Amino acid sequence: MESLVPLFRMEGISKRYGGVRALQQADLDVRAGRVHAILGENGAGKSTLIKIMSGVVAPDEGRMLLDGREVSFPDPAAANAAGIVCIFQELSLIPDLSVADNIVASNPPGRFGLIDRKAQRRLAEAALARAGGEDIHPMALVRDLPLSRRQMIEIARALTRTPRVLILDEATSALAAADVTRVFDVLKRLKAEGIALLYISHRMHEIAELADDCTVFRNGRRIATYEAGTKSDNEVVEMMIGREYSHVFPPKPAAPVAGAFVLEARNLGWTARLNDISFGVRAGEVVGLGGLDGQGQRELLLALFGVLRGISGQVLIDGKPVSIGSPRAAKADAIGMALIPEDRKTEGLMLQMSVRDNLSFATLSELAHGGIIDRDAERDAVDEMIELLGIKTDGVSVPAGSLSGGNQQKLVIAKWLMRKPRIILLNDPTRGIDVGTKQEFYQLLRKLADAGAAIVLYSTDYDELIGCCDTVLVLYDGTVKRTLRGADITERALISLALNIDPVAGDAPRNAMVAE
Amino acid sequence: MTDWRFHLAQQRGTLTALAIFIAMFVFYVANHPAGFTANVVQTVANKGVLLALVAMAQTLVVLTAGIDLSVGMIFILCNCVASYVVSGSALTTTVGIAGVIALGALCGAINAMIVIFGRLQPIVTTIATGAVYFGIALWIRPFPGSSPDFNSDIADALTGKIFDVVPTSFVVLLGVVLLLWLPFQGSVIGRAVYAVGSSEQAAYMSGMPVRRAKFAAYVLGGMLAAAGGLFLTFFTYSGEASLANGNTYTLYSIAAVVLGGVSLFGGRGSAIGAIFGALAFRAIGDLLFVFDVEPLWQPLFQGLVLLLAVSIGSARLFQVRNRLELFT
Repeated sequence: MESLVPLFRMEGISKRYGGVRALQQADLDVRAGRVHAILGENGAGKSTLIKIMSGVVAPDEGRMLLDGREVSFPDPAAANAAGIVCIFQELSLIPDLSVADNIVASNPPGRFGLIDRKAQRRLAEAALARAGGEDIHPMALVRDLPLSRRQMIEIARALTRTPRVLILDEATSALAAADVTRVFDVLKRLKAEGIALLYISHRMHEIAELADDCTVFRNGRRIATYEAGTKSDNEVVEMMIGREYSHVFPPKPAAPVAGAFVLEARNLGWTARLNDISFGVRAGEVVGLGGLDGQGQRELLLALFGVLRGISGQVLIDGKPVSIGSPRAAKADAIGMALIPEDRKTEGLMLQMSVRDNLSFATLSELAHGGIIDRDAERDAVDEMIELLGIKTDGVSVPAGSLSGGNQQKLVIAKWLMRKPRIILLNDPTRGIDVGTKQEFYQLLRKLADAGAAIVLYSTDYDELIGCCDTVLVLYDGTVKRTLRGADITERALISLALNIDPVAGDAPRNAMVAE
Repeated sequence: MTDWRFHLAQQRGTLTALAIFIAMFVFYVANHPAGFTANVVQTVANKGVLLALVAMAQTLVVLTAGIDLSVGMIFILCNCVASYVVSGSALTTTVGIAGVIALGALCGAINAMIVIFGRLQPIVTTIATGAVYFGIALWIRPFPGSSPDFNSDIADALTGKIFDVVPTSFVVLLGVVLLLWLPFQGSVIGRAVYAVGSSEQAAYMSGMPVRRAKFAAYVLGGMLAAAGGLFLTFFTYSGEASLANGNTYTLYSIAAVVLGGVSLFGGRGSAIGAIFGALAFRAIGDLLFVFDVEPLWQPLFQGLVLLLAVSIGSARLFQVRNRLELFT
């Protein structure tokens, strides 16, 4: 079953997105009948690697070999045809089609372009049975099914494509333990059938159970490939650490900030995505949210900002319980909250509208008298902000979309600063902006905190959490795994906790960590 | 077996439209002075079939999450062209009819090309092309009229009754559903049309023929609008470049589509629902006629019924837990 010639090989693959190097000279060998696990923290280049393998994006350089022959995939369909099938983290199911329709989507049974529904039904049932999802009715619409069932359908669908290389990108992240067991049985069977599996997961125990080989990525480079079980968890964490320390952070306050909480959450919960989250932020304090992407950080910020319905638990402002029903209520003076969203293009800016209009949107009620916008007051306020944040723009009348990414992000921040918020929530604000702007941003963040703002910062960049935050909550699976304070906020602790491993004693004094 | 539950759920929009239509039709016939006679049914069928064909055309584009504002103009253009070419012998008439259908397909293809390759929004594209199609119609038929040897035999045959009972136009509509729509819905391309409307990204990632699906939807839509234009010619024996008619049919087709349970967000619904939607929408007007209500009230009444029907469709929004999803 095992062979010396790799089934699929990637050589010297590089990829840039704009100015960001996502992958640099990456190599990978995938062998038939083995499970190869890919490890790496957020932004290490794992997703890019997979996207290149499965034909979603084209590499800038490097080559791919299947059975020793060079191949290239212009689109996902071509990769599928070659036997490389990926189960994506972002689900690729079509919501308004039935389960069976989705399972056979890429290659429906039938003749002359007409689909044979009976054959389709049989195929779908067989595929669901193979994937261990017999409980799913093939005629149900995908949109009516919960996330865990959809993931089972994704797996079933991948199996109908007769994969030679099957890529699972966080394919078990939404599954309950019972489903994971069933999926693992399926994967082990596939492995025995000689299929090569590429497995990406942040759950270390899953990798320990399943993987034969492991490869660690960091900063878009392959760091090491080793046989599973030959390295301890902490050695693995060690390999994942060590990104270039390219950021300069302003000094933190010498003594921990004292005083009462401005914003406090008690036992906050929302559907299955948030569970029993409690924390508090004082004036002048920067609280970070850590953990891997998608562990509930975004939902937590949206919950605080009044976007989510049906929240359990309590939110307190200045010690008094409040019920925040909408972003409009959250920004009202009594609460004074602002959220810098993660996706500035859709949730933060109206790209076609002018810089001036974008800046004054959140503040219009203050700038207007009797419903009429005071143009002079608006201009003064806008000019002040542009100067304060050093936004580089060709005048205030140009569309926001014409600014660079970093300046767009400043615009979003400036828009909310104009309201002089007391509580600032930031959702991965430095994603995709250049280093220079990032540094200005860190200075600004500390300046705002020193001026008395209570700040909650979610970042996928661990350096940022270490450099900017007074306290960091590490989230895992919608709950606070642990709260780190002061000197305990280390890269090792952050990565270990994010992977749900306990950090080694001695590296950071354990007694100083506050268990939550 | 619980399959019927899923069938039912999938056809809910269509069945609702059918129920609305039956209720209105029964009400209409019961109050009609002549009662349930072949002639009354024929009138209803002939009036309904025009909007039904145009609504089917609209459905195809709406299923891809687009909208076709040129559909009424294709309808009018084909009416004007048909008034010239549906003439002479059986052979020339057949060629003429085929030519009109091909013209509809061409109009749809032009829309599709601009939307797919020009990446313009369907709404803007079809406003512009609609104006062009109407301009051509006005150019070739500045005054209402028809060819001197217009073939009125075929017109009479297709708007009359079979065995003095069943309206022919209705049979033609049934034929379109059985021979065109149902096979299309069961085809790979048809499914891709639904997939594109539901989530274009997911459809692409699933390796479905995204572009071909859009192209097929617009072309088929053009052909159905052309069929509507032919029928208009058969009823009136003439062609008329009427701007009011073109606009009315465009807007009514959207109303019929919504009434027929087709989601304007794409991916959900059926052309059969749109047919019932069209017939129901027509029936609203007929009801007022039977009750001798002033014609001035008709738009108001039609509007209120439409509003009611649409509100039922959006009731699900009350269940949304993340308010950001309200905007997607």
